[in-house]
Amino acid sequence: MRDFFTLSVIVATVASGIRLATPYLLAGLGETVGQKSGVLNLGVDGVMQLSAFFAYWTMLERGSLILATLVGIGVGLVMGAIYAFVTVVLQAQQGISGIGIFLFGLGFSDLMFRRQVGSPRPVPQLPEYGIPFLADIPNVGDALFQHNLLTYFAFAAVPVLALMLRSTTFGMNVRAVGENPQAADSLGVSVGWTRAFAILIGNTFAGLAGAALVLELGIFQPNLTAGLGFIAVALVYFGAWRPVGIMSGALLYGLVAASVLQMKALQIIPRSASDIAAMAPAILTILALIVLAGRVSAPAALTRPFSR
Amino acid sequence: MNDVSSSTPVADQAAMLSMRGITKRFPGVIANQDVDFDVVAGEVHTLLGENGAGKSTLMKILFGLYRPDEGEVRLNGKPSGITSPSTAIEAGVGMVHQHFMLVPTLTVAENVALGLPSGRGPLTNLDAVSARVSEISEAHGLSVDPSTEVWRLSVGERQRVEIIKALYRDARLLVLDEPTAVLTPQEVDDLFVILRRMTDEGRGLVFISHKLHEVMALSDRISVLRNGQMVGQTIPSATSREELAEMMVGRSVKLVPDRPPVETGDVRLEISNLSVRGDRDTIAVKNVDLSIKGGEIVGIAGVSGNGQREIAEAVAGLRAPEPGGSIRFDGVDVASMGTRARRDAGLAYVPEERMADGAIADFSVSENLILVDHASKSFTKSGLFDRQRIADHAKKLVERFAVKTPTIDTPTSSLSGGNIQKVIIARELMSDPAVLIAAQPTRGVDIGSAEYIHSQLIEQRDKSTATLLISEDLDEVLGLSDRIAVMFEGEIVAIVDAADATREGIGLLMAGVVDAA
Repeated sequence: MRDFFTLSVIVATVASGIRLATPYLLAGLGETVGQKSGVLNLGVDGVMQLSAFFAYWTMLERGSLILATLVGIGVGLVMGAIYAFVTVVLQAQQGISGIGIFLFGLGFSDLMFRRQVGSPRPVPQLPEYGIPFLADIPNVGDALFQHNLLTYFAFAAVPVLALMLRSTTFGMNVRAVGENPQAADSLGVSVGWTRAFAILIGNTFAGLAGAALVLELGIFQPNLTAGLGFIAVALVYFGAWRPVGIMSGALLYGLVAASVLQMKALQIIPRSASDIAAMAPAILTILALIVLAGRVSAPAALTRPFSR
Repeated sequence: MNDVSSSTPVADQAAMLSMRGITKRFPGVIANQDVDFDVVAGEVHTLLGENGAGKSTLMKILFGLYRPDEGEVRLNGKPSGITSPSTAIEAGVGMVHQHFMLVPTLTVAENVALGLPSGRGPLTNLDAVSARVSEISEAHGLSVDPSTEVWRLSVGERQRVEIIKALYRDARLLVLDEPTAVLTPQEVDDLFVILRRMTDEGRGLVFISHKLHEVMALSDRISVLRNGQMVGQTIPSATSREELAEMMVGRSVKLVPDRPPVETGDVRLEISNLSVRGDRDTIAVKNVDLSIKGGEIVGIAGVSGNGQREIAEAVAGLRAPEPGGSIRFDGVDVASMGTRARRDAGLAYVPEERMADGAIADFSVSENLILVDHASKSFTKSGLFDRQRIADHAKKLVERFAVKTPTIDTPTSSLSGGNIQKVIIARELMSDPAVLIAAQPTRGVDIGSAEYIHSQLIEQRDKSTATLLISEDLDEVLGLSDRIAVMFEGEIVAIVDAADATREGIGLLMAGVVDAA
């Protein structure tokens, strides 16, 4: 255990925790925007798998990180449009529709991978950039200010989305249609369009999360997310529908996961117990959810389709 | 009522709103038939009618939610052009809905600003909205803090926010759909003063209500709808509550039930030191003592949300009371018993939520009539339902309680509210209970059925049942009760003999003014 509490190990663990937190943060932020508008999307994980695959495939074929990231976003937009059509226009049950999206993403990314790629080949990872001056601070700089662009983007999105939800007309409309769509409608706010835009934003973030995941790893395999998207949905509850709360949850998750990995590498945790240790972040999340249950309430119209 | 009742003369000018020859048919029903309705500036025009008479259809046509099959809607002499909520706002037409159209997690200013351009691009401009809200509040006597979240507001304050929303959009014509349903009598008086101020500014108001004394107090003109047709138009000085009720129902109605004196017996329901937690886990009922004798109806008056629902549910066994209190039926403490045991001890319960708790919508009338006793020997034969006896039982009750249903096998959900309530009352009264809890027994029920239900409750009282009546309709409480217990913030603040009770006195007690009566 003493090996773990050295400065260099802690710096490495924090840096890797922040990196691991990135896909959770992106996906959780997107899900928050959707849920704020009253739409639950359980398909995040499927969208991430699709965008991860297509971003990876783009890297294999074209070798461009920018293009791969854009493809990830594009997949998110397409899946968002489909989900908006199903839940807003057709007013389907959100729970089961989301599971449908998840299963589609899981199966289709697997199929495409087997047909088009076959065996995993590594691709270049997202490069890390130091933030000028800040990155030069001893230790702190390495831990906090030496990351890839998607990580910076994810953390920068936290205050931006918080501001959007709190202080813009669109954000106010989102909150209104998530709480009392009838009231919003009676004042001429389009419930359908507001929810559709919120879903598109949410899925774009999910697409970005999938791209971030695969481009940080530099390799794809079927079911790459391993339930990461579902954890992201749980983080929305954990974070009480607030971007800063989502960030805290994602960081907690990332840091615990990074610590477990680090301890395994240092053989602090015996190999026989490593599978159990790997569950630590998930167990922590469940415990946190139990403690927080009932403290905060979800948007009142969450999962309720709207019709006049 | 104060001087608000003095009606200003209807200005001799063109109508702001003119609906002519409106007919709207739905499959099997004519919701509106050749209806004329107009509003001139500066008047309160009341639209009176029972549930299903066609009031809401007419208003939905005004707001463009339905298209009339025949007839036309004109605003200030021109076709209205209203097709959606936003075009209604542009045309200066607003509505205060019975169920408030407010977002509880948003502030007052945010609720007002919702749907309007902010003038600051994508960003909201709540400071400017708040300033304007304060101006409107001051000008119209609608005091409310713009930065408060709506969920923190009282019901009366929420209604003020609804009115501010309409004034902010400068609605010239405002429809108020049963605006007094959730207010105390004093809040109603305040509201009427505010509404009068609005008509003085030349706005036109449509007042939808079925509370006849309020209609008499506020209206300049009264139009009565029955079965989709306009059956008459009158002014308050030329009519009476009895006449209005007769126009609504189509026959003469007893508004105040006959309540012959009856010998009271022993105490049959005794509640002592009862405390109950509400849904938010706060104490909703505080140390309540109440005893009701056989042959007595005790009505609980109070603004909704002051513990009435919790007290009813605690007595019925649906909500666990705090330790230390007791609930006795005929001397037996039932506080720790389940609902089945309580029913065996003599309980009958007519719940507030008719369709959610009182009946199973998809079940037939005959099935709902045996819901309490379906396991008893009288309805089963060797473990299976005895269809013949269930049918006989249902036919008997349907006839005795005058339930209007095509057959006893009709799904209960296709009956009218009044008839569903009669099914529930029939089921609950057939056991000749020791204790009857009747929560909102006639809410949303047509006047004819309400009259009948009232007579049944009094008949049951005369059979020595102890009845606990809970109602938000103060007239019902005053008309049926032998004693009136007033609840405020979970406590019974006073118990008044019906003979000594006045509307005003009870109203003050309901608002928490204890030294009033």
